[in-house]
Amino acid sequence: MGQLPLGADHLRRATLRMAGAVLVAFIIFAPLSSLVIWSFTQKWFWPHPFPQEMGLFYWSKVLEGDLLRALQSGFLIAVIVTALTLVLTVPLAYLLARYPVPLKAVILMIFLLPHAFPQLPVFVNSTTLLYRVNLAAKVSGVVLIHMVGALVYAVWTMTAVFKSIPESLEEAAMNLGASRLKTFFTVALPLATPGLIASTLLVFLYSLDEFTGTLLVGSPFVLTLPVYMYRTSVGYELQVASIAALILMLPGIVLLVVLERYMKAEYLSMFGRL
Amino acid sequence: MEVRVEGLTKRYGRVAALEAVSIAFPSGGLTAILGPSGCGKTTLLRSLAGFVPVDGGRVLFGGEDVTRLPPQGRGTAMVFQNYALWPHMTVFDNVAYGLRLKRLPEAEVRARVEKVLHLVEIGHLSGVMDRRPAGLSGGQQQRVALARALVVEPRVLLMDEPLSNLDAKVRQRLRVEVRRLQKAVGITAIYVTHDQEEALAIADTVVLMDAGRVIQTGSPQEIYFRPRSAFAAEFLGVSNQLRGNAETGALAIGTQRLPYTGSVRGPAILIFKASDASLAAADLPSGSGEAALRGTLEEHLFLGAVYRHYVRVEGETVMVDAAEPVDPGPVTIRFPAGKVQVYAAPEAGE
Repeated sequence: MGQLPLGADHLRRATLRMAGAVLVAFIIFAPLSSLVIWSFTQKWFWPHPFPQEMGLFYWSKVLEGDLLRALQSGFLIAVIVTALTLVLTVPLAYLLARYPVPLKAVILMIFLLPHAFPQLPVFVNSTTLLYRVNLAAKVSGVVLIHMVGALVYAVWTMTAVFKSIPESLEEAAMNLGASRLKTFFTVALPLATPGLIASTLLVFLYSLDEFTGTLLVGSPFVLTLPVYMYRTSVGYELQVASIAALILMLPGIVLLVVLERYMKAEYLSMFGRL
Repeated sequence: MEVRVEGLTKRYGRVAALEAVSIAFPSGGLTAILGPSGCGKTTLLRSLAGFVPVDGGRVLFGGEDVTRLPPQGRGTAMVFQNYALWPHMTVFDNVAYGLRLKRLPEAEVRARVEKVLHLVEIGHLSGVMDRRPAGLSGGQQQRVALARALVVEPRVLLMDEPLSNLDAKVRQRLRVEVRRLQKAVGITAIYVTHDQEEALAIADTVVLMDAGRVIQTGSPQEIYFRPRSAFAAEFLGVSNQLRGNAETGALAIGTQRLPYTGSVRGPAILIFKASDASLAAADLPSGSGEAALRGTLEEHLFLGAVYRHYVRVEGETVMVDAAEPVDPGPVTIRFPAGKVQVYAAPEAGE
């Protein structure tokens, strides 16, 4: 008898929790559900609350056509951007974290600068510049414009990651005779790896989702998924745009789950101490 | 191997962390550098390891001038306050790191790691070598850190407050262990601490530092029983300070006078340890050879081993320890001759 109220209490709490989860799920997924519905719609006219005809017609059409090409070139650009960013920023971030670099604040601020102004003027100006050096409408131009935006995420997060590693761990290695390079590769880099993965994912996702710069610099030859989605939706091909949006979400969801696993709270706490 | 520093100077901006410090650390001895935080003791240790470039002076390892050598070339091994074990490596890889840097054959590495882990009395733990540092207690981690330092057979063992992150019980046991290990290996060891009890217990020689200078160097007994300055006396025990004025034959504390035969004249500080003084009823006549001060007992606290009494004397509060509690009221504090030290008062503004 004594256990009954406890059981009831437990049940009430479980119900509340379930209701909360449903509410959250609705807020997150209800807007998305219209994307899902639209992607399978073949005929849907007012005033019908649901599509009159549904099917895989647009999916098969899209998967045969330009979408895959856009997906492919988008991934290629994202991979190049990520690789270049890593190569450039890992050493830079390590230097900024460990050495009394003069004008450190100014350097960190420079990377933030492209984000400090409205995106459109920044990208329009970059585009005219890139036309002048014959890089516009090319993958290399898009890679460059993506890196302008992505470097700040990489430099800031990686500097924070290296800062979060106690310096004594590296001193212990040097003290035992390890060179600075050896210390970096055996101590600093392995310990920073989870943070570097998180930072890499941020850059990858940024590049994959970047729209304004890609549209301005890449048109008309470089087609990525966001640009493709934009083109199809302004052409009132809502089904195609919905499918593109759904596909564009997938890598984001997958990578954010991974990101959540590698991102540590102490990296964020280091931002204030850069 | 004897370690010496000569005229070592280090400044951070306008603050002098080391002010022409000269110390000889005897070969095979355990020297404790003792001082309050910010006294320069850690800077001194780090400059021995080569982590801190000095502004002046020399560091000599057995006659060899290593002042300009990088940490990698000094052959020191450091034990850190936060253990500084590498969390992504197993205990074995942590300890083997220095040996692998020397490109020793893997069989020899394994043999030496096993040997040193037994030396620090952690080798018996089942599967300890394959564990990560995070799976060990703080005391065990510091043993591993000691093993990592000792296994490379360094010229000098440097320890930076190695026990201060541990709880009191583990700290007391490891203190004994560190001393035993140092004697067993016969290595020159330098041990930085802010804990006077730890320094006295562990060291052959104690170097007392304050504000970037060496205040006093000597055996633990010399430092404890014959402090040469008010700072040393104050830092080395629960001590009481009373301000007074030294005259020929007497020391005036407020309206009271103590017999005094020392050489200090003028403003002076009288220092005695809480454990050296005793309490007597107010009207008791003072015995010969004993100094006495009248005061008012305000309260006492039970500390376990002793009762600590707080006595108001001429506007200042002093502490007196006794085995039995004494009731509040007027009392006489008595101290045996020779247990009271008198120093010239520091200049105003210090």
